[in-house]
Amino acid sequence: MDFTLTEDQAAILEHVKEFCDEHLAPKAKETDEAGVWPAENVAMLGQLDLMGIPVPEEYGGLGMDFLTWAMVGEELSRACTTTGAVFGAHLLAVFPILSFGTEEQKQKYLVPLAKGEHIGAFGLTEPGAGSDAGAVATKAVRDGDDYILNGTKIFISNGGEAQTYVIIASTKPERGARGLSAFIVEKGTPGFEFGKNEKKMAYPSLPNRELIFTDCRVPKENLLGREGAGFLVAMRTLGVGRIGMAIGSVGVARAALEAAVPYSKQRHQFGKPISSFQAIQFMLADMATELDAARLLTWRAAWLKDQNKPFEKEAAMAKLYASEVAMRVTTKAVQVFGGYGYTKEFPVERYMREAKLFEIVEGTSEVQRMVIANHVIRELG
Amino acid sequence: MNIVVCIKQVPETTEVRVDPETNALIREGIKGIVNPFDENAIEAALQLREAHGGKVTVVSMGPPQAEEALRHALAMGADEAILLTDAGFRGSDTLATSYALAAAVKKIGDVDLVLCGKQAIDGDTGQVGPGMAERLGFPQVTFTIELEIADGKLRARRVLDDLFEVIEVKLPAVVTVVKQINEPRLPGMRNVLKAKRAEITKWTAADLEADPTQVGFDGSPTQVLKVWPPQKRSSGQLLEGEPDEVAERLAGIIKELNIAPR
Repeated sequence: MDFTLTEDQAAILEHVKEFCDEHLAPKAKETDEAGVWPAENVAMLGQLDLMGIPVPEEYGGLGMDFLTWAMVGEELSRACTTTGAVFGAHLLAVFPILSFGTEEQKQKYLVPLAKGEHIGAFGLTEPGAGSDAGAVATKAVRDGDDYILNGTKIFISNGGEAQTYVIIASTKPERGARGLSAFIVEKGTPGFEFGKNEKKMAYPSLPNRELIFTDCRVPKENLLGREGAGFLVAMRTLGVGRIGMAIGSVGVARAALEAAVPYSKQRHQFGKPISSFQAIQFMLADMATELDAARLLTWRAAWLKDQNKPFEKEAAMAKLYASEVAMRVTTKAVQVFGGYGYTKEFPVERYMREAKLFEIVEGTSEVQRMVIANHVIRELG
Repeated sequence: MNIVVCIKQVPETTEVRVDPETNALIREGIKGIVNPFDENAIEAALQLREAHGGKVTVVSMGPPQAEEALRHALAMGADEAILLTDAGFRGSDTLATSYALAAAVKKIGDVDLVLCGKQAIDGDTGQVGPGMAERLGFPQVTFTIELEIADGKLRARRVLDDLFEVIEVKLPAVVTVVKQINEPRLPGMRNVLKAKRAEITKWTAADLEADPTQVGFDGSPTQVLKVWPPQKRSSGQLLEGEPDEVAERLAGIIKELNIAPR
């Protein structure tokens, strides 16, 4: 076991932290409240070579590993949750093209994504297909050299702003999950439009849009993986996506703890800082401990991915635990702040609303428990 | 264009602490950064290279750890870095420093432009740039906020107290820049990793064929007799709560301090 960062990881993190403190954190509140796409932040992520961390250099990436990607994601989410969410959602297009794309697809789509010139998004969820990914109703019918897509995706992060979409559609509806296929669809393709942008409990600046396909012709060259491999593409992508959600959870929890500690030292009641009261100390101790446990689970999942070892169970554990920790830690942070914590003057109420996302998105806590239980029962039964 | 940027590593904090016994700056535990104005000079050099082609070399004089500042410049996109480091350089004042840096510029050779920040945030003298211009026999343009080069001439807009001045000089020249000239770029991680592995050239006083009486303590007529921190002002006490309650507590404090008019 070795928990030491490599020299490269340390150098990258040092610069990323500096960038976060100087450019993201000071305007995180503004970025959130603006309710508009954080274009400037996203452009800076590209300039910093952060949009393709685990992509090989020959495809415009940094050639680092998923663990480094996870560490950077935590810093971004801690400094600006919205920017962290864009960073996480972007990888959901990067990863499947990296893993399943042909050389031509990689040159055409992966390179600009990795360089941050294009933003990516992943379209799986539909009104009738969320946890049950096999129930996808969007259809893709082969017609000559094209596929014709019809259907609607919902809640798609980065939707409308991204240029490159990885879309899961059914090519053989009678075969259910085995009849799914993945496609790369470019923004601007005739028949591909954007619908409603959801108004959510938090993240007003992160778009979660409907993607509407109406007789949308996609060239057969844009089939990602073979026909029928869509479920595999989706599951692999969600596996990595779960690590991403665990990262976001750790980031927001850390932001909450880092707000609560100084406040508890500064806030005086009964003539003493409230940090001197055991009731507050025990909350801070639990917050710090659970945060570390969540981070270590997340790092393990990313490390397994980097070792090309199975990581599905571990990613589900990390996502489940980290998201629930984020909820507990942010709730306690509001409690430490007391009445002020309930106001918009301090960021902790926002963190609490933001944390709730992670217990739902990319597989609810209940779905994660299903995934984990399946593994545990198979392994130990 | 062959551009040389001279940079200095300075302590990160502006609240420099001074050892009360020795009157020396306490550098332990304080991170070294590139002097902020020098970052603007690097950015200006990179923009000129993008417009006119050529090469950007960064030079710094300092202890071995000043290498970190040079690596930052490389990460921003500079082509080459040279560290002037030698026990004989210790104690150099601005006169000796400008002598050594000018010697380095001569050794590099065929330099079209030397860029510096207007001053360092630790010493705040602003003398090294002009000192180099004198040593090199180059025209000097200080406090530059805009810069353009055409037909071997440099046209610069200078910021003075209450006016701008536009002047034109022939190259080669020494130019010092102000913060407002540009926004220094964020180094990309690809360059950060490359810079980490880059070779940094090290030149000693002997490499520069420097006259030992012109550098270090011997070459420095300036002697710092005393350095002391400004008197600290306490940060005050913040009262929180309902206005009525706060007013009552405040009145109590005033009474206690016995400063209320009778």
